[in-house]
Amino acid sequence: MARAGGIPVTAKIGALILGAIVLLALFAPAISAYKPLQTDLAGALRGPTGGHPFGQDRLGRDVFAQVAYGARASMLISVSVVSLTVLVGVAVGAAAGYLGGAIDVAAMRVVDIFLAFPGILLAIALAGVLGPNLMNLVIALSVMGWVGYARLMRAQVLGLREREYVAAARAVGASSWRVVTRHILPNALSPVIVQATFSAAGVIIAESSLSFLGLGPQDVPTWGGLLAQGAAYLLYAPHIAFFPGFFIMLTVLALNLVGDALRDALDPKSHH
Amino acid sequence: MTGIGRRLLLLIPTVLGVLTLVFFLVHLIPGDPVEVMLGETASSADLNQLRADLGLNRPLGEQYVRFLGGLVHGDLGRSFFYRKPVLAVIGAALPATALLAAAALVVALLIALPVGVIAAVRRDKLTDRLALVGSLVGVSMPNFWLGPMLIILFSFRLGWLPVSGRDGAASLVLPAVTLGVALSAILVRMTRASMLDVLGEDYLRTARAKGVGERTVIARHALRNALLPVVTIVGLQFGALLSGAVITENVFAWPGVGTLLIQAITARDYPLVQGCVLVISLCYVAVNFLTDALYTLIDPRVRS
Repeated sequence: MARAGGIPVTAKIGALILGAIVLLALFAPAISAYKPLQTDLAGALRGPTGGHPFGQDRLGRDVFAQVAYGARASMLISVSVVSLTVLVGVAVGAAAGYLGGAIDVAAMRVVDIFLAFPGILLAIALAGVLGPNLMNLVIALSVMGWVGYARLMRAQVLGLREREYVAAARAVGASSWRVVTRHILPNALSPVIVQATFSAAGVIIAESSLSFLGLGPQDVPTWGGLLAQGAAYLLYAPHIAFFPGFFIMLTVLALNLVGDALRDALDPKSHH
Repeated sequence: MTGIGRRLLLLIPTVLGVLTLVFFLVHLIPGDPVEVMLGETASSADLNQLRADLGLNRPLGEQYVRFLGGLVHGDLGRSFFYRKPVLAVIGAALPATALLAAAALVVALLIALPVGVIAAVRRDKLTDRLALVGSLVGVSMPNFWLGPMLIILFSFRLGWLPVSGRDGAASLVLPAVTLGVALSAILVRMTRASMLDVLGEDYLRTARAKGVGERTVIARHALRNALLPVVTIVGLQFGALLSGAVITENVFAWPGVGTLLIQAITARDYPLVQGCVLVISLCYVAVNFLTDALYTLIDPRVRS
């Protein structure tokens, strides 16, 4: 996209949308006039009005309030899953790349097996088997997620391990732990940050897919859960399905725009 | 052929790994899976009967060997819900999923190839920008939202296509488009990038110098060579297509393995859950392998 020196316009738009959604999530109770689970049977399935800008659902609950509170669930799950998978993936990848030998072979075999598995499918099966709640959803989405980071980190560490400054640190007697955490990790993290932005987008889609299928948390409003409810009333109340899906798309789009810009900025080689 | 042979060997640990993961799925169920399946009111005789039927009263190692042994004989256990062998139940649903995935692939290619080629040829022009923005929106759109929106437009407003179920060719259109759009978004980018790589090549200049028309240059000389990376991405994305099918099928009540999987989860029919995951995963592994092999055969440069 067009770049006039500074930050590309698309990235600015992405960051702006993302910022707005984070604010919506943080201040959901202050922004929405209604509680997300407050019912009003007289207004059931009513379309958007002045008081309810996104309309009301089958029990007359405010769709805007549910979308705002749903943003909280999405953010919470996305941040948890990405932090957990980055932590595990970076640790495994760094250990495999730096230590090499049998540890490397074993770790990469496991990574290969996980990569041979369609991720969302395992998440669906895991969440289905473990039972629908927030914790299980995070577990189900994390089990597969670390693999990409492990592979990425290993490649980074392999490249940096033989650099002169690393050899110098080793020569003056720095421990393996110190060499990895002080000298290798800080220089290997850029692609991990880029990857994390894209996978945050992936997690939001996966999380709402699972919630849509009824495998998400049942006690808090989620975008996917609201969309599933709306799917049953497409004829009479299309607004119930429209708004949560639109917000999912907006969030994912924003993350992709920011990710593209980060990749171009942090990793000029990959810029096509 | 040694390359393919080695890849075939490497397939063994992968398949074993997939089987092991699927085996442990049922053992992850919190508490007693048999109680979960039969409910709290079940008598202890029933519980013991089911435990014995599933082999859950045996040591874990023995269960694992039995599970693998059963697979060799095509035995994936029995579905409680359908009271039939799991393989038969999945076998009945598999053609619908295959049809949906194939149709989605056709939709994706029909959109992606022309758009990608035009975007590359008109690089940095408005058409190109629109194609890129469109593809970004396409990847960002969840298929469980696109599906309902298409239903609202084409089924309710225009009345052109059926809402759900599988009844004739018309009922395939919306699910296939829903599933194909995300893939087409990825393929547009890939086709465009691949075409851009090829468009600067000398042999295109030669063809033009010989007086070949621009259309023929693009279609016959450039596109043909640009397709190879696209084929690879199609293969690698097939897994995403299968997983996407699980969700799309549920949006449209399409009677495939995806709908079956969610039904099985709801009914706590764990042997069937296991079977669905296993079959989809093995298809995924097989397609990835075939993509790899095909790539090696088509492009002699990869062979060494």
